Amino acid sequence: MNGIGTNTALVKSQPLVRTHESKWAKWGLTLLAFGFLGLFLLLPLAAIFSEGLKKGWSAYWTALKEPEAISAIKLTLLVAAIAVPANLVFGIVASWAIAKFEFRGKQILITLIDLPFSVSPVISGLIFVLIFGLQGYLGPWLREHDIKIIFAVPGIVLATVFITFPFIARELIPLMESQGRDEEEAALSLGANGWQTFFLVTLPNIKWGLLYGVILCNARAMGEFGAVSVVSGHIRGMTNTLPLHVEILYNEYQFVAAFAVASLLALLALATLALKKILEWKVRSESEARP
Amino acid sequence: MTGLSFRVIAVAVIFAVLGAFTAVAAEFELLNVSYDPTRELYTEFNAAFAKHWKGKTGDSVTIKQSHGGSGKQARSVIDGLEADVVTLALAGDIDAIAQKSDVLPKDWLKKLPNNSAPYTSTINFLVRKGNPKGIKDWDDLVKDGVSVITPNPKTSGGARWNYLAAWAFALKKYGNSEEKAQEFVGKLFKNVEVLDSGARGSTTTFTERGIGDVLISWENEAFLAIKELGADKFEAVYPSLSILAEPSVALVDRNAQKKGNLDVAKAYLEYLYTPEGQEIAAKNFYRPRDPKVAEKFKEKFPAVELVTIDQSFGGWAKAQKVHFANGGIFDQIYQPSK
Repeated sequence: MNGIGTNTALVKSQPLVRTHESKWAKWGLTLLAFGFLGLFLLLPLAAIFSEGLKKGWSAYWTALKEPEAISAIKLTLLVAAIAVPANLVFGIVASWAIAKFEFRGKQILITLIDLPFSVSPVISGLIFVLIFGLQGYLGPWLREHDIKIIFAVPGIVLATVFITFPFIARELIPLMESQGRDEEEAALSLGANGWQTFFLVTLPNIKWGLLYGVILCNARAMGEFGAVSVVSGHIRGMTNTLPLHVEILYNEYQFVAAFAVASLLALLALATLALKKILEWKVRSESEARP
Repeated sequence: MTGLSFRVIAVAVIFAVLGAFTAVAAEFELLNVSYDPTRELYTEFNAAFAKHWKGKTGDSVTIKQSHGGSGKQARSVIDGLEADVVTLALAGDIDAIAQKSDVLPKDWLKKLPNNSAPYTSTINFLVRKGNPKGIKDWDDLVKDGVSVITPNPKTSGGARWNYLAAWAFALKKYGNSEEKAQEFVGKLFKNVEVLDSGARGSTTTFTERGIGDVLISWENEAFLAIKELGADKFEAVYPSLSILAEPSVALVDRNAQKKGNLDVAKAYLEYLYTPEGQEIAAKNFYRPRDPKVAEKFKEKFPAVELVTIDQSFGGWAKAQKVHFANGGIFDQIYQPSK
């Protein structure tokens, strides 16, 4: 089809004119996009809730009140509560260094930040088994000192931090780079010290991007399955996060309970989406308010 | 003088005993690392044992469970998962723990009666209601157009029993020809449509996802699926010959000792052999060892001709090396790309 080429040419010369075929194309494409979304996103989402509520609200509620479900919820919240702040600090420091300074090895640092995106989560988990497992590099020493890392909460936290490493930094680097260093330099030349510059100039500039990164990071931290599965040991009521708990319930033929717990994760996804949308509106209205 | 000191001693003894009772009424937490299909069995057994232990010693014990493919679970214990006891699908997986780590002794198999297998099982087929493909024996699984579901022998203990049962059948059918047996099992695996990593995964593939004409399954897993999902949907079929599966249990001494659980962990495994433990096993579709309990549940478990791993394959160590090690016969016959 040469339709795309023709269209762009038309748009360039007469931006307001729409052709007949583009009307068809427009509706067709919109319909296709909505159909696709409906089939692959909305239907599964609806299925989760309808399966979870198949036996009514009380069965749904019972599944969420099970001690093992509560423990999975607590563990998931705990892991996110450690992983997100850790990556928040790291993300700001790394992107600040990369965007505002020139130094050797900068490209290597950027590549390293992307590493968790390119490595399969299962491999990420196995890396920790290799380091901290009983047969791993530090295993015997850890056992002697009675320190448990993998098959315990620390291992799950480590794996999650690793997996969610790039989210905040990746969000901030392009933002900070596009803002440049002018405002910081002005602040410094007016006598502000480093911390003042950061809190009064840099942070307000990046706050929406930062929040956006935090939301994405949190969603992934709570939803991660692969890497956590490898280091968890799957001990019920102790080292099962929500996604692992869903798998266990499903394997035990407890389908209603499995989908009830899964619906919590789905709700998290919806909340994340809503927050993301709100942030985008905020950012847009703020940038429009600026001259 | 003697009267007084006697009284003092008596009082002291009474206090000591009382003190011991209150002070020792401790709380223990055991970790049982098990394989896939035992979830329901150990849920029931753990509750019974906790009650028994409380009555006997006054101590509370909670048992935490971890389930997964037997080979994978063994790997986790080797990598440091601090199991007090392992209750896996086959001796070979516990052997692997003994060889690759120092958490349990090499002669673990002899520490408990009956090859350390308190209950047994066998391999049968689960088919869709009415048996539409007319599957009766292992021969029927190699026919064209029959879709077979079994887990992967590399990661699943049950799958290794499946494989060896098919092999034993072929040996008998073709007058002990190993070549013919290899050809037969090779043909069977060509008919495998989905190769999950654990037994429970295969069961859900067959029952929930509706894939396949026949699931080669643990007897207990087949019965459980029928119980949980409905006798109107599935039925069990017994082949003419199968294998005596001995899911083994072992105390992981080093971990249990470190956690101060040695006595309770030992008692936990021994309780599996008591009539109470045996009844719970039988109720969860495992064949009990205790003759009296076996008699009581005999209606439940049809008599099948069973070969043993020791007679037909020279024990697990040998079977593992010949069939399932890297480059072994399974690797030669199962090449999904071709």
